[in-house]
Amino acid sequence: MDRKVLLIEDEPNIIEAISFILSRDGWEVKTHSNGHDAMDAVRARRPDLVILDVMLPGKSGFDILQEIRADADLGATPVLMLTARGQIKDRELAEKSGVSRYMTKPFANADVLEAVRSMVGS
Amino acid sequence: MATLNVLVLVCLLYVAFLFAVAFGADRAARRGRGTWLRSPVVYTLSLSIYCTAWTFYGAVGSAARSGLEFLTIYLGPTLVMIGWWWTLRKMVRVGRSQRITSIADLISSRYGKSNLLAVLVTLLAVIGTTPYIALQLQSVTLSFSTFAAHDASAAELPTLQSTAFWVALGLALFTILFGTRNLDANERHHGVVMAIAVEAVVKLAALLAVGIFVVWGLAGGIGPTLDRIDASPIATWDQSGGRWIGLTMLSAAAFLCLPRMFQVMVVENEDEDHLRTAAWAFPGYLMLMSLFVVPIAVVGLDILPPGSNPDMFVLTLPLQEGRDWLAILSFIGGFSSATSMVIVAAIAVSTMVSNHVVMPVWLWSTGGTAMMSGDVRHVALLARRLSIGGIVLLGYLYFQISGGGTALAAIGLVSFAGVAQFLPALLGGLFWRGANRTGALAGLGVGATVWLYCLFLPSFGPSMILPQTVFDHGPFGLGWLRPQALFGAVGMDPLVHAVMWSMMLNTAVFVMVSVMTFPRPVERLQGAQFVNVFQHSGTAPGWSGGLAQSEDLLIMSQRIMGGAQAQALFSSAAKRQGLAGYLPEPTPEFLQELERELSGSVGAATAHAMISQIVGGATVSVEDLMAVADETAQIMEYSSQLEAKTQEQERTARQLREAYQKLTQLSVQKDAFLSQISHELRTPMTSIRAFSEILRDTEGLSSEEKGKYATIIHDEAIRLTRLLDDLLDLSVLEHGQVVLNIHSGRLRDLLDRAVGAAGGETDMFKIERHGSEEELWLTTDLDRLAQVFINLISNARKYCDAGKPVLTITAKLETAGLVIDFTDNGSGIPTDQQSVIFEKFSRIGHTKAGGAGLGLAICREIMARLRGEIIYLPGQSGASFRVILPSETVSVPHVASA
Repeated sequence: MDRKVLLIEDEPNIIEAISFILSRDGWEVKTHSNGHDAMDAVRARRPDLVILDVMLPGKSGFDILQEIRADADLGATPVLMLTARGQIKDRELAEKSGVSRYMTKPFANADVLEAVRSMVGS
Repeated sequence: MATLNVLVLVCLLYVAFLFAVAFGADRAARRGRGTWLRSPVVYTLSLSIYCTAWTFYGAVGSAARSGLEFLTIYLGPTLVMIGWWWTLRKMVRVGRSQRITSIADLISSRYGKSNLLAVLVTLLAVIGTTPYIALQLQSVTLSFSTFAAHDASAAELPTLQSTAFWVALGLALFTILFGTRNLDANERHHGVVMAIAVEAVVKLAALLAVGIFVVWGLAGGIGPTLDRIDASPIATWDQSGGRWIGLTMLSAAAFLCLPRMFQVMVVENEDEDHLRTAAWAFPGYLMLMSLFVVPIAVVGLDILPPGSNPDMFVLTLPLQEGRDWLAILSFIGGFSSATSMVIVAAIAVSTMVSNHVVMPVWLWSTGGTAMMSGDVRHVALLARRLSIGGIVLLGYLYFQISGGGTALAAIGLVSFAGVAQFLPALLGGLFWRGANRTGALAGLGVGATVWLYCLFLPSFGPSMILPQTVFDHGPFGLGWLRPQALFGAVGMDPLVHAVMWSMMLNTAVFVMVSVMTFPRPVERLQGAQFVNVFQHSGTAPGWSGGLAQSEDLLIMSQRIMGGAQAQALFSSAAKRQGLAGYLPEPTPEFLQELERELSGSVGAATAHAMISQIVGGATVSVEDLMAVADETAQIMEYSSQLEAKTQEQERTARQLREAYQKLTQLSVQKDAFLSQISHELRTPMTSIRAFSEILRDTEGLSSEEKGKYATIIHDEAIRLTRLLDDLLDLSVLEHGQVVLNIHSGRLRDLLDRAVGAAGGETDMFKIERHGSEEELWLTTDLDRLAQVFINLISNARKYCDAGKPVLTITAKLETAGLVIDFTDNGSGIPTDQQSVIFEKFSRIGHTKAGGAGLGLAICREIMARLRGEIIYLPGQSGASFRVILPSETVSVPHVASA
């Protein structure tokens, strides 16, 4: 029951926090911290779940999301999007791009756990 | 008893005096004093470089050999000054309005700024001037040895060559020292002009003194002198009418065309009205110079032993009579005539050589653009100095090789005939709109060839360069090509023969080719500018350019004119257009002004080529051509008004577009900032919340983990505070009352502190500091100023994208105040971004490295509070920020108190 999660995020402290929370919950956490080759990381890891930041160096989270959805193999992977930009149009854009779940920063640790559990294996 | 040593001593003292005069005049002009420097009298006296040693000594010699013929040399210029006054005024007006630097520049500029033409004129000028300089060296050495021969006490005669060598060396030194103080060849050389004006007085006084001595001291008064003249063979020798007219015309032409005359008459001219005075005063000067020529010649022939050199009568008469001091005065007069000619000729010809030969070659060899690294000014100045040395050296070599054998007057006339070849192109350019470049090239080429073949080469004597058989039977046995009997014109005086054929063929070819070929548009426009200079000095070929080119133009101008001067020119032009900063719109007016400024330094052809490289060529519109064509005045007026309006509208539209663009950009930036600020605030808050929940909810954390997470929470809280501080700081600076905390401190200490606070110097980030001005003390809010410095230094550290980042900090005092430049070696900030970097929330590109884009906005507000300024300095090697502090906050170093 080893579930794999790929965290794409560029803030080192946030990476550390989410890794800590999820690994204590029994997830195998891999991380990646830039936009341009994020798709390669997704292909290589084939995670059960992707956690995706929006403002990434090199490529925006929205673009990466669209590429995942367009990919024949990976298209069905659940994606949890985390963003520090709380505007409504961002949420709309995320939903249009096919996001599974959308959360704004800062978040409650319990909410993140609840979200990832409900997205995989339910 | 005047010995040779006294002569040498007097001579050296005189030279030292001339240096002092030139130095004093230069200083007075530099300080804006000395309006007497700009008087018409000085201008008139400077024209007297026409009277060289050739006229000083040679006129008497010429009178002794061929009677009144010497008068032709004075008659020509007199006729020009009085009868052609209008032509001279036109030449001066064109020269000033087009910032002409030499006669080569004038001709090239008139014919579409053609450098080929400039090179041809330059070449001919060098060939024509070299023997003339040799002539001056010869006269000085000859007069020196004449003196030495009369001095029994002189142990050994100095060799001619060594005298000539030292004279040449001294002249080159003087010319380099006072002739190349400034790059702008169009700027006046006050020191040089003043020195030659003094020399003009000296040579006239010397000749008059000798004349008076001869008439009243030797001949016994006016009556007896006239009797002697009647009895002398000079009075009976009749003149050949052809030679008389030929020589008068030749000297008139040379007066207009000689490079050195053009230099004093046009380039050094301070005020067009000076010509009015010169028109009568200069002929008066010439008359005084010629007054005693015949008496001296006649008395000399009577008294001196037969076989004496008549070219030296002016010197030998007083020597023979034991009047040593008069002889010394006479020697100084001849010396003055020779030196002033060499100095001015060297300046004039060296300007041509460096502007039209050396600079184009150098620019071409360095890739053909002035935007390369390296300062063009040094190259141009060096080129001019080397050219001066080279030209004087050529004259010296010519003197050495020719051995100084030929009679003085002969070489002078050969030179005259050479430069007279410019006349058709010059006059045609000023008065005939149909004259064009091809015609000028062809005419000048043919005239120069005929002159070389018929006069210059034969002047070395038979069998020297041209073999005797060519003189007798023509080249390859073609009898009609004999150099002194072209087309079978046998039995003419060789000089008149050469002048007649060269000028006739030159003019004919020039007119015919001009009529048969078609001028380029630029030539048409320049032609109209020159021919109708009095009607419309203002209109011009239209340059057209875009804003992005302004920065390239600035880069180029800085290399040629120097940073401060170019920046002043650009910022004043921008101010006139109602713009802030250093980049004016490249309007046709501005480009034209810039081209004229540059041509003052490097000549019209080069300046035009340089600007075309950047702006992409002058566009000659239909309207331009219509305005130039001889249409009715109404159409011209109407079309030019229409054109002016269209241009005005276009400019307004562009300014509106720019304003709109800036507004949209700002609004987009503000939206982006809200997202940005949200992101910047939420990111640290996310870490704080996540880790505080971890600390609260997780059982069994090691104390090590606890410490680490608490530290993260602490750091992120500080990051939040800093962001809020910046926002508050900016808001206070913008709207609130700021209390300045005024202290005094040394700039060096302040910079040290800022460098330290911004992380100091490391292997990956070098800081170079220049300027002794760092010792200055500042009285201002030092903490706020340090904040600005820290910001600029850390920006350079963060954003400089060079492989080995280097930040250069230069402090210098300028009229605006203390100027501190922070320049890095990265790729700089693109032109379109330069206008917004000081706006709040702006960040160049998408980078995570920085803060929220508030740093420069804060700097701008601080500098405004300190009554200074911070601006982006375009056109440097990388990103460059200039901090300007008002001069009242700056004071000289304190004396350290005990």
